[in-house]
Amino acid sequence: MKISLDYDSCHGHQMCAIAAPEIFGSDEIGNAKILITGDVPEALHGKARRAESNCPERAITITE
Amino acid sequence: MTDTQKPVKDLLTDYDIFDPEFIKNPYPGYTEIRESQCPIAHTERYEGSWLPTRYDDVVAIAQEYETFTSRQILVMPPAAGRSEGPYAAVGAPPITSDPPDHHWHRRLILPVFSPQSVAQYEPGTRDLCNALIDEFIDKGVADAASDYAQHIPVRVISKMLGVPLTMEDEFTDWVRGALENITDSERRMKSFRSIVEYFIGEVQSRAANPRENDFITELMNTEVEGKKVPIEYVLGVCNLMLVAGIDTTWSAIGSCMWHLAQHPEHRKQLRENPDLWPTAVEELIRVYAPVTMARIVDHDIEFQGCPMKAGDRVLMAFPAANRDPRQFENPDEVILDRQNNRHVAFGSGIHRCAGSNLARLEVRVALQTWLARIPEFELIDPTSVTWAGGQVHGPRKCMVKF
Repeated sequence: MKISLDYDSCHGHQMCAIAAPEIFGSDEIGNAKILITGDVPEALHGKARRAESNCPERAITITE
Repeated sequence: MTDTQKPVKDLLTDYDIFDPEFIKNPYPGYTEIRESQCPIAHTERYEGSWLPTRYDDVVAIAQEYETFTSRQILVMPPAAGRSEGPYAAVGAPPITSDPPDHHWHRRLILPVFSPQSVAQYEPGTRDLCNALIDEFIDKGVADAASDYAQHIPVRVISKMLGVPLTMEDEFTDWVRGALENITDSERRMKSFRSIVEYFIGEVQSRAANPRENDFITELMNTEVEGKKVPIEYVLGVCNLMLVAGIDTTWSAIGSCMWHLAQHPEHRKQLRENPDLWPTAVEELIRVYAPVTMARIVDHDIEFQGCPMKAGDRVLMAFPAANRDPRQFENPDEVILDRQNNRHVAFGSGIHRCAGSNLARLEVRVALQTWLARIPEFELIDPTSVTWAGGQVHGPRKCMVKF
């Protein structure tokens, strides 16, 4: 599983970081920041999907 | 007879967001509109407005900032005299800003409200919640709204702004004048003038004696394109912090308290499973989203079959959107571990509530602190609870016993 973020669409709701704090954090202005590199570990797949489905801006894409 | 006294004939064509029954409980009305043939209602009251209630429509309007502008953002037309006089240029940036200025208006304040920045206010917020509880815990009764919720955000914001806590009562009165009693044009103007005049004093004192680690001093010294930001911007941001940061969050905390007082099973869940807090806060904020914001239509447009004219007011009913069954399963039910929750209590698009991370923190800490010390409590009389509504929805009197 890979995860990508459309930074221009992100408006800093931080709902991804609430759903998946191991994968998403906050940058200086509170927009989303991806904390992992490469594939999402299997143990975090559920949280990654939750982050995607909680983003009000639909800025997160998962590819499997 | 004023608009608010005439009985509502038909919600779809004559809704009144200040109708006393609607203020108390707007959700049946939102549902009636949302599930009708005409999910974007219209009224002629208060100089007219549109009321979209479906999630997709509210989000689309929030996203289309060029068509749906932020020239005005309140659910009522501006108070008489608001666009005249020396303070006419003081708004509440970035909420009242449109691009291109919106970009820097917002960019300058976002770092202060990031999750990592607001975390510093958690211990102080917990202390102040504990101090409030100390005042009434031995009595066995308290007003969860006016003895507790009401005092939390105003003190946090005062601390952030670096202004004395002794201003609490004045700030509370001004904010209520600006947001809650907005059918009273004179009181609105008076509140606005009081806020601006107060912060002119704060700005002047810092111009004479700049302070270290001080939000207002730093804002005054910020440069954009080589020039210091205008004083109207500094005053506007201070105005925003009060008006958007106090009444809203206190309403959210109050609604959560009202809910928990009636749901022992949710109190138990939260006490026994602290891991629930992140989803629980989002869920409570979804169900009890306090804020409705307005937009002004820029040019004539047909939106979902509605002939909107340039200058028309559109009320983005986030509380209605957050209970749309097309987006949320069992939307009226509080499910503390709800997994899919793309709620828009903090708006959507470029005007996402700048203080959302602080609001979440305040709600969580207020509820955690209360439940730790008062694990069991209930409403004394559900019929005696009073509410504010319209722009910001939440309880104003909410007596509980424990």
